[in-house]
Amino acid sequence: MMPFRVTLALSLWAVSLPAQSPAPIRVPYTIDTLPNGLTLIVHEDHSVPVVTAYTWFHVGSADEEPGRTGFAHLFEHLMFMGSQHAPYPQFDRLLEAAGASNNGSTSNDRTNYYEQGPVSALPLMLWLDADRMGWLLPTMDSAKVDLQRDVVKNERRQGVENRPYGLVEDILPGMLYPPGHPYSWTVIGSMKDLSAASLEDVKNFFRKYYAPNNAVIVVAGDVKAAEVKALVWKYFADIPRGPAISRPVVQPVMLARDTVHIAEDRVQVPRLHYSWHSPKLGTADDAALDLVAYILTGSRTSRLTRKLVYELQIATDADAFQASKRLASDFTVTATARPGHALPELQRVIDAELARLAEEGPTPRELDQAKNTTEAQFLSLLESTNRKANQMNSYYYQSGNPDGFQADLDRYRAVTADDIRRVVRSYLLAPKAVLSVVPLGKPELGVRGRVTP
Amino acid sequence: MIARTLVVLAIGIGGWGLGAGELHAQVTTPPTLAPPPGLKMPAVQEARLPNGLRLVVVPMHEVPLVQVVLSVAGGGRDDGPLAGLATFTAGMLDKGAGSRDANTIAEDVAYLGATLFAGADWNGINIALRVPKRSMGPALDLMADVALRPAFSAAEVKRQRDLRLANLVQQRDNPGAVASLHYSALVFPKNHPYHQPLGGDSASTSPLDSATVRTFYQRSFRPDRATMVVTGDITLPEAREEIGRRFGSWPSGSVAPKGSSPAVQPSSRPTTIFLVDKPAAAQSVIRMGHRGALRSSPDYYALQVMNTLLGGSFSSRLNSNLRETKGYTYGARSSFDFQPLPGPFTALADVRTDVTDSSLVEFMKELRRIRDSAVDPVELERTKQYLALRVPGSFETTGQVAGQVGTLLTFGLPFTWFDDYVRRIMAVTAEEVRRVARQYVHPDSLTIVVVGDVQKIRPGIERLGFGPIEVRKP
Repeated sequence: MMPFRVTLALSLWAVSLPAQSPAPIRVPYTIDTLPNGLTLIVHEDHSVPVVTAYTWFHVGSADEEPGRTGFAHLFEHLMFMGSQHAPYPQFDRLLEAAGASNNGSTSNDRTNYYEQGPVSALPLMLWLDADRMGWLLPTMDSAKVDLQRDVVKNERRQGVENRPYGLVEDILPGMLYPPGHPYSWTVIGSMKDLSAASLEDVKNFFRKYYAPNNAVIVVAGDVKAAEVKALVWKYFADIPRGPAISRPVVQPVMLARDTVHIAEDRVQVPRLHYSWHSPKLGTADDAALDLVAYILTGSRTSRLTRKLVYELQIATDADAFQASKRLASDFTVTATARPGHALPELQRVIDAELARLAEEGPTPRELDQAKNTTEAQFLSLLESTNRKANQMNSYYYQSGNPDGFQADLDRYRAVTADDIRRVVRSYLLAPKAVLSVVPLGKPELGVRGRVTP
Repeated sequence: MIARTLVVLAIGIGGWGLGAGELHAQVTTPPTLAPPPGLKMPAVQEARLPNGLRLVVVPMHEVPLVQVVLSVAGGGRDDGPLAGLATFTAGMLDKGAGSRDANTIAEDVAYLGATLFAGADWNGINIALRVPKRSMGPALDLMADVALRPAFSAAEVKRQRDLRLANLVQQRDNPGAVASLHYSALVFPKNHPYHQPLGGDSASTSPLDSATVRTFYQRSFRPDRATMVVTGDITLPEAREEIGRRFGSWPSGSVAPKGSSPAVQPSSRPTTIFLVDKPAAAQSVIRMGHRGALRSSPDYYALQVMNTLLGGSFSSRLNSNLRETKGYTYGARSSFDFQPLPGPFTALADVRTDVTDSSLVEFMKELRRIRDSAVDPVELERTKQYLALRVPGSFETTGQVAGQVGTLLTFGLPFTWFDDYVRRIMAVTAEEVRRVARQYVHPDSLTIVVVGDVQKIRPGIERLGFGPIEVRKP
């Protein structure tokens, strides 16, 4: 670790910093591919005697068939329901007995699974992962599918139907993406499609997407790479390669005009959502828009938060977010009105602030704040083997280089004030989805269509 | 040290052999694992500044980050009649301090790449700074302003008060938040500190002003009531120098700290069901329980094992039953909220509306079973190992370590506490699990709160005959 001296000289500001840290982030790794196509990446980190085994399958909700929305995520649940040599409920029980915890998650682009715990548990983690990659179907049956269908429907009720403003999740993707676009439906899926999923669907999906050639395992922790490699060969090498996989291909989508919608929910105050198409994950403009999100709402003095919540006091919160995805991204601004205020008031402020940012750009100080905060988030990422392993998987899927940390940080450092102006002008002054969620029977609190050409 | 006990259990299930017609040479039994690693507890170092401020340092040099947490004893339990005063005061600390106004503080924090969070719980007010090492000096200057020189200007107090009032309106739309508010208010009687919401309510928030906040601050903030936990890329001498320079002149103060509220016995009532209406709700939000246990109880270890087995892990009985067998919920669990005064024991789940009564039956079944029958030895062993072997994973990040050390400090436990933890957990017997279940879990005196569509769920719940039903206003 390089020592740095903090100098306070010659600054206009109350606080100032020396130049950016020159010490590059390096996360060393080894990488191997088994003959069946399974990729193994190992990162040794000996600071604490723990390990994470993080597996990514390159399949997500974007790969789902029409009429089967939510299937990739339902399938994720079934991966915990036992396999031939570790029948249900041995997966969780064996791991808990070894002091390990586990979980999985599904996004539009990928499905991931981890086990983490004391380093002694690694052989068990890998053995269980191999058994469900190679031998899931012999014990799969309709009863398991029915049970996890119920669990997933409850997950949906908890996150969508029974959550204030939860219906936004159902509505926004369809406003932004045309029918048939892989991002036009939600990861959780519709109740109807979840009801339709069958055991046959499970078998087909498994054979197509859960083969070793569609999986990458990152093992990070207090391990020796050679020993991990030997274990992975022992447990996974006999699993047969699956068919080649075709990925969804999409054309860039633009909205021709604003699409405006008002939805009623059991809430007391209205909330406004703006959503735009934006550049995909890993691009230069994707990073610029992450910084734009920070400049708009990242701290309580960011532009929108400061104006809406602090100065005018017409909103309780404001949030901007670049949802980076593989095929295309979207950028969403959300703001909740205070009691007694309607969404057109908030809309006027948001429109004016976006126009001002596009015109004037950020101040140097604002851009530094966004970059310095981003850089600190990279450091936090490095503290946990779980987070490192997941991020290495993400970088590997994006670029083939699991140690993409420094390159990713450089992507943010390279963003200029002109870039900020340009991306706000190109992407956030473009036609958008405008969704108001209002209390039942109060559509007048929402934003009426000022439809732009 | 972690106990060197058997890791993979001989679990009695058949079918480990090769399946007929199996093509691939999968290793068909789970691997035998090496002994778990010994836990190398990070070295905890300590110093005390002349003004009484206790400084605890855990050097961790892997990543150039430093975490600094200042905790001042008191917090929400000293709220008195103004519920939410401690959390509000904490929230005001960084809204103007020293020579910086509210906005300058937020801008400086962002510029330094830091995060600064001030909040309060039932034990104290906490100010947590997390900062890259290279910005540590100016970030500590800022933190010292926030902790020692808050402005509490009338304009900022009014602004934050109005924001809180607006947020409280929104909170009523969230069924989970509504359930928790009713639950605490019912389990703890009116004059008990945990009866009132930590985040306040509209009646207690409306009268907040600058003088009230300043008085609360002056009573609470004294160096002899405070601890500073520093973890990360720093050494003890360095921390003593950096913290001493900024917090060494913090005067001990003349106002005597307000005595904490006396412990009042929590409510005890025969099992009663309280319904809160949320028309057309897709799910019913269930919270049930009663007074819990003291953190200092000698039964702490047995309680941890008992609760983990009952509802504290994925494989626990509540989750296995309500989620994995019945499919009623996305997750069911239970917990003991350990606080200086006994916090609640709570079992909870969000369940599908049409199985609300059936879910209550299953909850009740599990709360009785853990008392009435001996736990299975395999289940017990698995639970103990889960608790014991996962300890190293709780010491990975500077934030985790600061949290663990902070908990030990809150409860007056020695830093060597974890050295003995594994042995104590592994020593818990089936008899002890049953004894603490009978002593601390009371199915006949539960406070059950259900937030859901009352018209739909009430008839089924009435038929259960678990106890009287009372409908409460949302």
